[in-house]
Amino acid sequence: MTRIKSPAELEDFRKDLLARRDPAAPCITLCSGTACHATGSEQVSAAIKEELVRQGLGTSVEFKRTGCHGFCEKGPILVIGPEETCYLEVSPKDVPEIISSTLKEKKIVDRLLYTDPTTGEKTAHESDIPFYKYQQRIVFGPNRRIDPRRVEDYLAIGGYRALIKALFEMTPDEVIDEVKKAGLRGRGGAGFPTGIKWEAARKAPGETKYVVVNCDEGDPGAYMDRSIMEGNPFGVLEGLIIGAYAIGSHEGYVYVRQEYPLAVENLGIAMEQAEKHGLLGKDILGSGFDFDVEVHRGAGAFVCGEETALLMSLEGKAGEPRPRPPYPAVRGLWDKPTNINNVETWATVPLIIDAGADRFASIGTEKSKGTKIFSLVGKISNTGLVEVPMGITLRDIIFKIGGGIPNGKKFKAVQTGGPSGGCIPEDKLDLAVGFDELARAGSMMGSGGMIVMDEDTCMVDVARYFIDFLTDESCGKCVPCREGLRQMHKILTNITEGKGNKGDIELLEMVAETAVEASLCALGKTAPNPFLSTLRYFRDEYEAHINEKRCPALSCKALISYYIDPGKCQACLICLRNCSAKAIDGGKKKIHVIDQGKCTKCGVCFEVCPSRFGAVKKLSGEPVPPPVPEEARMIAKKSKAG
Amino acid sequence: MQIDGKQVEVTGETTILEAARRAGISIPTLCHDDRLAPFGGCRLCIVEAQGRLGTRLVASCVYQAEDDLVVTTRSEKIDRIRKTLLELLLAHAPESPRLKEMAEEYGADRDRFDKEPSFCVHCGLCVRYCAEVKKKNAVGFVERGIHKEICFIPEIAARECRDCKECFELCPTSYLQAAFVMTEALAFPGGSGDISPQEQAAGEKDTNG
Repeated sequence: MTRIKSPAELEDFRKDLLARRDPAAPCITLCSGTACHATGSEQVSAAIKEELVRQGLGTSVEFKRTGCHGFCEKGPILVIGPEETCYLEVSPKDVPEIISSTLKEKKIVDRLLYTDPTTGEKTAHESDIPFYKYQQRIVFGPNRRIDPRRVEDYLAIGGYRALIKALFEMTPDEVIDEVKKAGLRGRGGAGFPTGIKWEAARKAPGETKYVVVNCDEGDPGAYMDRSIMEGNPFGVLEGLIIGAYAIGSHEGYVYVRQEYPLAVENLGIAMEQAEKHGLLGKDILGSGFDFDVEVHRGAGAFVCGEETALLMSLEGKAGEPRPRPPYPAVRGLWDKPTNINNVETWATVPLIIDAGADRFASIGTEKSKGTKIFSLVGKISNTGLVEVPMGITLRDIIFKIGGGIPNGKKFKAVQTGGPSGGCIPEDKLDLAVGFDELARAGSMMGSGGMIVMDEDTCMVDVARYFIDFLTDESCGKCVPCREGLRQMHKILTNITEGKGNKGDIELLEMVAETAVEASLCALGKTAPNPFLSTLRYFRDEYEAHINEKRCPALSCKALISYYIDPGKCQACLICLRNCSAKAIDGGKKKIHVIDQGKCTKCGVCFEVCPSRFGAVKKLSGEPVPPPVPEEARMIAKKSKAG
Repeated sequence: MQIDGKQVEVTGETTILEAARRAGISIPTLCHDDRLAPFGGCRLCIVEAQGRLGTRLVASCVYQAEDDLVVTTRSEKIDRIRKTLLELLLAHAPESPRLKEMAEEYGADRDRFDKEPSFCVHCGLCVRYCAEVKKKNAVGFVERGIHKEICFIPEIAARECRDCKECFELCPTSYLQAAFVMTEALAFPGGSGDISPQEQAAGEKDTNG
């Protein structure tokens, strides 16, 4: 392929591509994102290739391996076009039947379809599955339609059209104005208006300027940036080039964490193809604009997602934040004006330029425009990545899209915004999702992590867990974050272990205030959020732990005991055989008793006790009843001999 | 700009801390040293700054003075935060004269938190002085976060430290001396003169790449 030297040449190339593609032709699309890879998409792919040849369809059916589709709970996912029949949890042994029935005879394989867990109703088409139906996939949508290793696929869906428009029909200032008008706010966490950030970098004095992609996604459970980078690196690259043009930068960096090998690989291929086609490098599409990109692999420190720490790391120094101001827009990488945006933000830019700011701004709320991708994880039926319009309620995300809480449990809270976000309780579920709305509820948008918790979750333990994570990830430079989190973690651990004292809540509040007000960077300033938000909505749980040494969720090991109800025990021996501590005494027809001194509280007896008996109970804040007297332990009734 | 109701004239790039000190207003610091680049680690120098971006607490050692900035160096909130910061530090170094002096002023309780086993307060004065003024890098930080500590680099320390030790007096606790004595005992007992020419050569090769 030769270098494309003008927009007209690119359009000819695109036309030629489309002419050779038949949208009505049969096509198999297999999700090959990281989650589906883990559930066996590699093996399914091998089976498809083999089976297509075996059944004589080797040349007539197109087979495409794409990035993440988002419905990770049900992977590997297979979509068959042009009908868009969607098969879930596909295994290699299903492949021959899929090809012979669905591709050859146009018959649907019922057992692989989505089944509604309550009604049992089957859904054949992807767009009718509730998980997809209520989403609005404008940024994440291309993931399903393209092979991330073929720029032709991206061009076929209109890729690089926005770049042409920006370079040839718009001045840099017009591009910035368009992004401002769209109301795009940074998707990395803080929600700062992107256009204003760009403008500051454009206006900053200096010849050399840099643009940076922040792909150092570090929130536990969040993987939308990873999935975009793996599934559609072209979109990120196109956004970056447009941004560079607007700001007046000729050099860019992509900072990707070391743990994302597939993202690095696919990005490398996208860059190579862009360069070959004249979409990157010198004189892009004959416009006279030059731009080069380099990929930098981060060593995997959470704090490097903070922009100033990221820049320090890029410069080869220890990833510790530096004070702002001066902001990176004025003095950033190697002291030059620098603009950093996160992956999702960059990937949104081409959509705004291509369809126009008004179209984008028509989605969302007054202050939060467009869509946002969330990673829905935790105690939720449909784990996965969801893209929704801003303004949707948390209830719709969790219940309509996420399918609610599994195993008949009750919803308790949702943690949004990653480890330094906050927990939102049930009575706030009708909250419209937006940057400011979440902040007012004591949480934040963050990068879009959404961890759902059910009634069995102890909120004090949740706070302890996230503070533990952040203590570990603090860079250690400033006192309020390093020392404050260390102490908060100690106090919270004590509380969950039943060693809490009166006054602990007040002490925690004092340390939290110090960290929020005096920390150097956003990590420390937001780190107390898990504590502050759980205290705000679940103060009674803190008080129960401290005053009554009771864990209301029956979750904190030090505060619970396992007990077998003698009235319900059927002496079935199941718990006795499964107890690894040999703490259960009993026998055939002999009511089982747990030796509290030996019990390690692993909870296995509770899990294995058949639900029709429900004899094993968790107790907290009350003494364990004394064991039944030896003479009363034999079960006489219903015995054949008796 | 204005500091504690006093009109202060500043020119060029000046931090709030420098401007305040020039005007005779004292702000407590621990990690600051005029010879070193501002660090912003201890946060004891926080002040309330009212400017274009609203009112917020900023570290005066790194925040640049700007036109029409209104600064307050003492308030109930500032004192409360300084007190907590001091209490957090006193968990490490309850006997530090510098900390005790400030603790008295802010009413900090040295027993507020359980004692921590290390008495380094991570002010970084030794590390930065050695790097920025002496340009030797004989002492540095290792690890991250709560596991972070200062560490002498034996190959450099053996060569450079014996006749210098200028960092010793900068340390607000006595952890630095302890760290040095330990490194000396392990790596070059009896002083740098005792290391063999081979070791010296190996050390130079290591540190010069």
